[in-house]
Amino acid sequence: MANTIPLIHSALPGHRNALQSVREILLANALMIGEIPSPTDAEEERITFLSNRFTEDGLDNISIDQAGNGMAILPGTIGKNNILVCAHADTVFSEKVDHAMSVGPNSIKGPGIGDNSLGLAAVVTLPEILKRLGITFEDNLILMGCSRSLGRGNLGGMRFFLEHNKRPIRAGVCIEGIELGRLSYASIGMLRGEINLQVPTKYDWTKFGASGAVAILTKVVQRIMEIPIPMEPKTKILFGSMSSGTSFGTQPTSANLRFEIRSEQTGMVSKLRDQIEDIIDEIANGSDTRIELSIIAQRKPGGLPYAHPMVKSMRAILDTLKVNPRVEPSVGELSELINKGIPSVTLGLTKGTHKNELNESIEITPTFDGLAQLVALLQSIDGGFCDE
Amino acid sequence: MSNKIEKWLETNTFHHGEFWDILELVKAKEEKGLKISLCIPTLNEEKTIGKEIVIFRSELMERYPLIDEFAVIDSGSEDNTCEVAASFGADVYRAADILPEVGEKRGKGENLWKAIYQLKGDIIVYVDADIKNIHPRFVTGIVAPLIKNDTIKYCKAFYDRPMAYSSGIRSSGGGRVTEILIRPLFSLFFPELTSLIQPLSGEFAVRREVLERIPFPIGYGVETAHILDVYKEWGLEAFAQCDLDQRIHRNQSTNALGKMSFGILQTFLNRLKSYGMVDRLPELSTIYRQFQAEGNRYEQLTREIVEYERPPMITIPAYREKYGITE
Repeated sequence: MANTIPLIHSALPGHRNALQSVREILLANALMIGEIPSPTDAEEERITFLSNRFTEDGLDNISIDQAGNGMAILPGTIGKNNILVCAHADTVFSEKVDHAMSVGPNSIKGPGIGDNSLGLAAVVTLPEILKRLGITFEDNLILMGCSRSLGRGNLGGMRFFLEHNKRPIRAGVCIEGIELGRLSYASIGMLRGEINLQVPTKYDWTKFGASGAVAILTKVVQRIMEIPIPMEPKTKILFGSMSSGTSFGTQPTSANLRFEIRSEQTGMVSKLRDQIEDIIDEIANGSDTRIELSIIAQRKPGGLPYAHPMVKSMRAILDTLKVNPRVEPSVGELSELINKGIPSVTLGLTKGTHKNELNESIEITPTFDGLAQLVALLQSIDGGFCDE
Repeated sequence: MSNKIEKWLETNTFHHGEFWDILELVKAKEEKGLKISLCIPTLNEEKTIGKEIVIFRSELMERYPLIDEFAVIDSGSEDNTCEVAASFGADVYRAADILPEVGEKRGKGENLWKAIYQLKGDIIVYVDADIKNIHPRFVTGIVAPLIKNDTIKYCKAFYDRPMAYSSGIRSSGGGRVTEILIRPLFSLFFPELTSLIQPLSGEFAVRREVLERIPFPIGYGVETAHILDVYKEWGLEAFAQCDLDQRIHRNQSTNALGKMSFGILQTFLNRLKSYGMVDRLPELSTIYRQFQAEGNRYEQLTREIVEYERPPMITIPAYREKYGITE
């Protein structure tokens, strides 16, 4: 085991080169994981694949819990502490989407390959990676594929795990396929909401002069966009999707808007939510329409300080690899870990494009930087260099 | 007859799920001292070849050493097939560079035939390069029956064949040439062979002792000729087939299938003649005729399709020398 920070950092270029030997195993895992459809709340087959891999690698305590998370333990030489290494197993794509991946000389293309087939592949390949690098840890590694992470899943898998886990967790590392350089150590305050609008069947169009649910929903959006949003602390309202209507000339009677409010400032999300509720009430009353706001998910803001040893370690690792850090807050598993007081970061493995589109793609070569970074971070945590 | 077919279906038809334990296959292979080679014949397959190589190398060479040797044999691709294959560590050969003294013919059968010389395995597994949903089962499913049962010499894959559509995948339609050409012909002349569910599938595993003794049409007729020749020499018992579930692949136009059928029919009729099953067969034309309409004008499209055949590899002096065959 490398027992000093300089030794860990100086080993990085060598590890990056040595990791070329696991290229086929890593990519095959990513491809096979990626070709198993895994929409939120239907991750069983992907988690089973993960669990089979853990069995093949002879890991301990292989299990699939009640929430559908798949996990196993790679035992440490002492095993007093545990480091959680996780990646979400669900994707935004439905089972009906063709999940065939295609491989080019330096890229893989296919839905969900970056978010998060590659991340999950890194979790299942980690035992082989460490074996080939000749690295052992004192701490146990808890390797986990998380279920029900995205959208309405609302981090259900990670919440369940943290509520029922009895093992002390020293630190958490969340892995995303893209983007290399990503460094998330704070969770942002977030509210994920859905506005459903229903025009009564016997609506008096002459009285209100509107042209159906689309027009009313557009008015809601316009009014939300007029809310002043502070630049600092960073805050934004993100409109994710709108749907309404079926044809050119039929008045739509229902409409749906999905959005997220994100803010670094405590209390800002609640304040904006109150303002949106006021807008909805006002427009609903003024147009004789039923408009309802449903809250799908919420996160509290929080995180590690910039000077936390784990954040400093990650910066130093990225600097050694000559990768520019891209600091961004997370609304993923990281926020649950941080809420539980577990020092954690989210990192990305490679470069990619068209995230969450059918032609999502990743570059192969930078992945070895990404894996070397992961190994070095785990060495730093195991060596006690990320403790406060 | 139907009893024999039913018995064969019961004993020689498998599902890939029966062979999920790859480690067990590796042990059985090693106990029997078998070497297994995998050959992927290619022609302009840059979109799918990379994935096949990554998955086969990872799962069947590195993780489980089931495959001892793995080569891509290319017919002269004009895209980046060879470069992509080489970049993922495959041994890539141009068919023209293997046995140059016998000359160069273009066709998939040529690649399959030359693989017998180039690859050293006791069993050679052939897998087409155009499979979108490639998985280790495409090899394990067809090689396992040969590893486990010494009497089986030739194992074919069969599938529930969906075709890819822009809006997703729907199950139907695959194997049209089988259903409207091969199956009727087999029913007429070789009823036992109708038990092969997809005789034209491009994935099969064969023992060297068989491969080196059968001739190889270089074009469309190669699979049909194999089945007829193996059946004639070794009988139905030499065959097995394995259900590999779905195979997602490119769909071919009806015109392309017409050309394919023409080539297969040439091979089939020539086999009937050589087996003495028909007499007074006229000299067969090698021109395939199709028509296209432009307004009220109809134009004849002709294409020469000649099913040239390579002789059994065992008759090639360089092969005999390489493998020390003296008898």
